[in-house]
Amino acid sequence: MWPLLQIELLKIFRKPRTYISFGAIAAMVLIIQIALKFDGQSYIEFIVGDLKESLEIPYDHILNGYFVCFVILNLLLIHIPLLIALVAGDSVAGEANLGTLRLLVSKPVSRQKLLLAKFGATTVYTALLLLWMAVLALGLSLAVFGANDILIMRADGLEIVRSSDVLWRYLAAFAYAALALTTVAALAFLLSVFADNSIGPIVATISIVIVFTILSEMQIPLYDRTVKPFLFTSHMLAWKGFFYSRVNPDGTAVAGSIENLRAIGKSSLVLILYITGFLSAAMYIFNRKDILS
Amino acid sequence: MKKLLSHLIICSILLCKTALAQDAESLVQSVRARLEKIDHYEADALLKTEIPYLKVPDAQVKVFYKRPDQIRIVNEKGISLVPRGSVNISLYSLLSSPHQALDAGKGECREIPVRIVKLLPTDEKGELVLATLFIEPKTLEVLRALITTRDNGTHTLEFYYGKNQVNDLPEKILFSFNTENFKLPKGVTFDYDDGKEKAKGPVSRRGKLEITFLKYRF
Repeated sequence: MWPLLQIELLKIFRKPRTYISFGAIAAMVLIIQIALKFDGQSYIEFIVGDLKESLEIPYDHILNGYFVCFVILNLLLIHIPLLIALVAGDSVAGEANLGTLRLLVSKPVSRQKLLLAKFGATTVYTALLLLWMAVLALGLSLAVFGANDILIMRADGLEIVRSSDVLWRYLAAFAYAALALTTVAALAFLLSVFADNSIGPIVATISIVIVFTILSEMQIPLYDRTVKPFLFTSHMLAWKGFFYSRVNPDGTAVAGSIENLRAIGKSSLVLILYITGFLSAAMYIFNRKDILS
Repeated sequence: MKKLLSHLIICSILLCKTALAQDAESLVQSVRARLEKIDHYEADALLKTEIPYLKVPDAQVKVFYKRPDQIRIVNEKGISLVPRGSVNISLYSLLSSPHQALDAGKGECREIPVRIVKLLPTDEKGELVLATLFIEPKTLEVLRALITTRDNGTHTLEFYYGKNQVNDLPEKILFSFNTENFKLPKGVTFDYDDGKEKAKGPVSRRGKLEITFLKYRF
């Protein structure tokens, strides 16, 4: 299994298009960091809105590495899954397009192992991409902007988390994000099994993610109970739950706490179910597929 | 005779009111003289924030005061959101502003007998509209102040004095004020919906700051 995985990793990282994703993330993160460095106060004023008329806003303390990283993660919600789809959608369909898939399945390795190796390589790619983003978004932001308490924006209010209480939340959030992005990778992987051309699975995955994200964010009561809880995009946002703290009866935040850990656990189980479902479906279909190209 | 009697009654009422007003004013001036002893201080304090739309843990802050009206609450190492302008927890500038003091009788504040004095500003263009002070007559400590301003409505200051108080300064101040609603579009925040039912019903529009002074430096 390990040699298969190594081969699949080599295939992924030998292609120049793989590095487009890393370059794109670097460009997006740097653009946001530069913008906030020069005009972060305007962005904070937009968030706090009319509050600045009644509250003293310490802009220099708010604009710190932890806050910048949170803004970056918030803004790149749609973009990162697209970059994942770029490689995951190409994993099987790309080989079919090149004509190497028939040769591959003729080797004395079960189709299941082959698919698992391909999915494993895609997962490793996803993890590395996320690690790259973590280094740039968090590491570089801390180096440039320094560390301080973080101001979390929510639709119905603001939360402040003390700086000593932030780093572990980011580590947990990135771990969760890896799970969320693996779900997108699994979807793209499944669609890749159907196609002989990688464009189809990539575009299909992107379309599904965009439509589901729009449905997840819409405030329509009809969808709130019937559709949203079942969309994987609704659960992909659970990484933010690590930054929501519990409150005391008097309304003050409890340091080191998570508002609804149970919900995050439930969301992670949903994502694991999706990954298992997508992968199982991909294996079932691939096992029965006639490889004609 | 009847006319003379009615005139006498009216004159005595007016005299009483004047006497009471002078009494109220002298009480206010005594409190002011007591506060005048403090020229400036720096204090380490614990700030507890209770504002409906803010979730904030307790913070270690520094309070800087310079007579007559310069006061700042600063969180040097972190973020604290403090009401702008209206946190004038120093009463000295309030008592020094041009005003007329009216005796509003006696009452109780936290089960302590107090004199209630209302301050009416004589400056029509000023920010202050009305202030009501609850003064402990023996110690000349202001236990509560209800201050109404043009822009910020009514806010309440509760002063708590401990047994080991320093230089007649309070051990704790509770500042209660009006707040507005706060909303950000969900399309901006991309909140995580954990499926929990949000509390329905009217949201409180009062915020509170509790400042517990740990150490004063002069």
